[in-house]
Amino acid sequence: MTELSNVDEQRRADWLALYERMLLIRRAEERVGKVAQAGGMPGGVHLYIGQEASGVGVCSVLEDSDYITSTHRGHGHFLAKGGDIAAMFAELWGKRTGICKGMGGSMHVADVSKGILGANGIVGGGIAIAAGAALGIKTGKEDKVSVCLFGDGAANQGVLMESLNMSAVWKLPVIWVLENNGLSEFTITDKVTAGEQIDRARAVGMPAVSVDGNDVIAVQEAMQEAVDRARAGEGPSFIETKTYRIRGHLEAEDAFLGGYSYRTQEEIDAWKAPDKDPILRFATRLLAEGGASQADLDEIEERIAQQVDAAEKFAEESEDADPELIYDITFDGQRP
Amino acid sequence: MAKQRYIQAINQVFLDEMERDENIILFGEDVELAIFGDTREVYKTFGPERVYNTPICENSLTGMAVGAAAAGRRVILHLMFGNFVYTGMDAIAHQMAKLRMMTGGQMDLPITVICGYGGGRSLAGQHSDTPFPVLMNIGGGNVVTPATPADAKGLLTTAIRGNNPTFFLEASGRGGDSGEVPEGEYLVPFGKAAVHKEGDDVTICAIGTMVRPALRVANKLEDEGISAEVIDPRTLVPLDEDGIAASVRKTGRLVIVDESKDRCSAASHIAAVMADKCFDKLKAPIKRVTVPNVSMPYANVAEMAIFPTPDKIHAAVKSIAGEMEVSNA
Repeated sequence: MTELSNVDEQRRADWLALYERMLLIRRAEERVGKVAQAGGMPGGVHLYIGQEASGVGVCSVLEDSDYITSTHRGHGHFLAKGGDIAAMFAELWGKRTGICKGMGGSMHVADVSKGILGANGIVGGGIAIAAGAALGIKTGKEDKVSVCLFGDGAANQGVLMESLNMSAVWKLPVIWVLENNGLSEFTITDKVTAGEQIDRARAVGMPAVSVDGNDVIAVQEAMQEAVDRARAGEGPSFIETKTYRIRGHLEAEDAFLGGYSYRTQEEIDAWKAPDKDPILRFATRLLAEGGASQADLDEIEERIAQQVDAAEKFAEESEDADPELIYDITFDGQRP
Repeated sequence: MAKQRYIQAINQVFLDEMERDENIILFGEDVELAIFGDTREVYKTFGPERVYNTPICENSLTGMAVGAAAAGRRVILHLMFGNFVYTGMDAIAHQMAKLRMMTGGQMDLPITVICGYGGGRSLAGQHSDTPFPVLMNIGGGNVVTPATPADAKGLLTTAIRGNNPTFFLEASGRGGDSGEVPEGEYLVPFGKAAVHKEGDDVTICAIGTMVRPALRVANKLEDEGISAEVIDPRTLVPLDEDGIAASVRKTGRLVIVDESKDRCSAASHIAAVMADKCFDKLKAPIKRVTVPNVSMPYANVAEMAIFPTPDKIHAAVKSIAGEMEVSNA
């Protein structure tokens, strides 16, 4: 291997960290999907596989003290923002050691100490919360930003237009990240959407940019610009990350579809190809321009395999959630 | 003590509490001009950094209250009319009421939502609702229904300083009512009913706007030889079940007066709980004086036909009076 300059060394480390975070999400969710399909955990799961570059690129420029709101497809955002994989698995398994003590589950993973205000089971549920967090930051005169991660399905909720408007009129420190995977649950978004969704941000005079959501570096660069603008008091920005959901809306989707489908296998396969898949693409780039070796990538793969195994073991072996807790935590200092 | 109007008592709490704690922010539609009078001078005193006069978009406002609280602020959201609880309901039911539990207790949500409720003023169906039932049923919010200026002060202060989402339901028609209000620091705890008038023959449990007509009826009944006790739950969530039950066990008769629609009303709930707790002491069926399961009409004569008026309260008591008139004769 050739000698790297200090600048190159820094980039190599940064890029490997991005790669590792994306791969952690991929492998974690592959395991979750496998266990869910086998009936090994309660509830349904919605996987982020194929969209990892978006969440990782976005969260790579955030501090723990910054806020994100997420979606029903929130495992990737949770891990990208620094959430603990074992605590997430335990949550999905319905255990008292879960990040939400087993009371939220897959669609509601949250770690407030890391600024993760929660995945959300209501499509668009995080939108006004993110605007509110930004209002809280502004009124508290804090040096933080709030980031709303939402999908193209959620972008058709009226609450988006309302919250975009207020964030613009009050110059709130919020970054709107539309992760456009083209799918609204089981419906092609284009079939139910007029115009370009990004134009809804332009309508309120907000800087808006569309990037390749499967290119982690492109997402990171757009995000850095938006965060800088927010921290400088210049108000909100809107980023559309164009991506694709490889897995179904939820893992048991075949049972619902009854032999029908809303997309073709060819389309799915095209997005899984090495030139499209965000992780395979970035691996190629890491080897070509990032100063990384195959041995580096193998080492990461091995480390993550151990993490995922350990997280599953922790979840499996943890005690079930405590039903009594419901009455203690619904209110602060008060029984329901 | 000093005489204050109900709406002035609320206004004074906003001014006092926002002065005391600079972490409190207030927002809502038309709060700058204070169309109800309760936010008067608040914008002028604390300025645009803490008071936001918002666009008309309740569904975002309720969600924003959650976000601002999660980000560490203490939030007062003015929703204007009780009906706008419905327009803002998505985030109320799905986020505000649930996130503390669903995050395993990670998130305190110190939010006070204030709005005026009730009919009787020809505002028609979309501005006359009493949304107790839906709010009592969301699982993670307190429901506060002060009837007097003193309770308005004490309960609002408790709501604002508390760490739980609380719906402070302003008795709209009572904005002009005045009463003695304790000066200085005054907090009324949630879940403690107040007995406005003691009596032995029948308990009239009256909620919010219904306390005043209930007291009028109770005084009239006194002249007729019936001793009525008037008890006011003051908060519906939490509900002082033991306090109300103590009164019912004493009198053996219960009439509940509630401005919400009868089906699943606060009155229905209280009736069920009291039937359970006081069955052995009840001398007559529990009666509810509520609004029928229809929308509030516009025309005054039509509105009054379905409104819980003193005559209806009186008739309800008389319908179960039976032996008490004999025993008091």
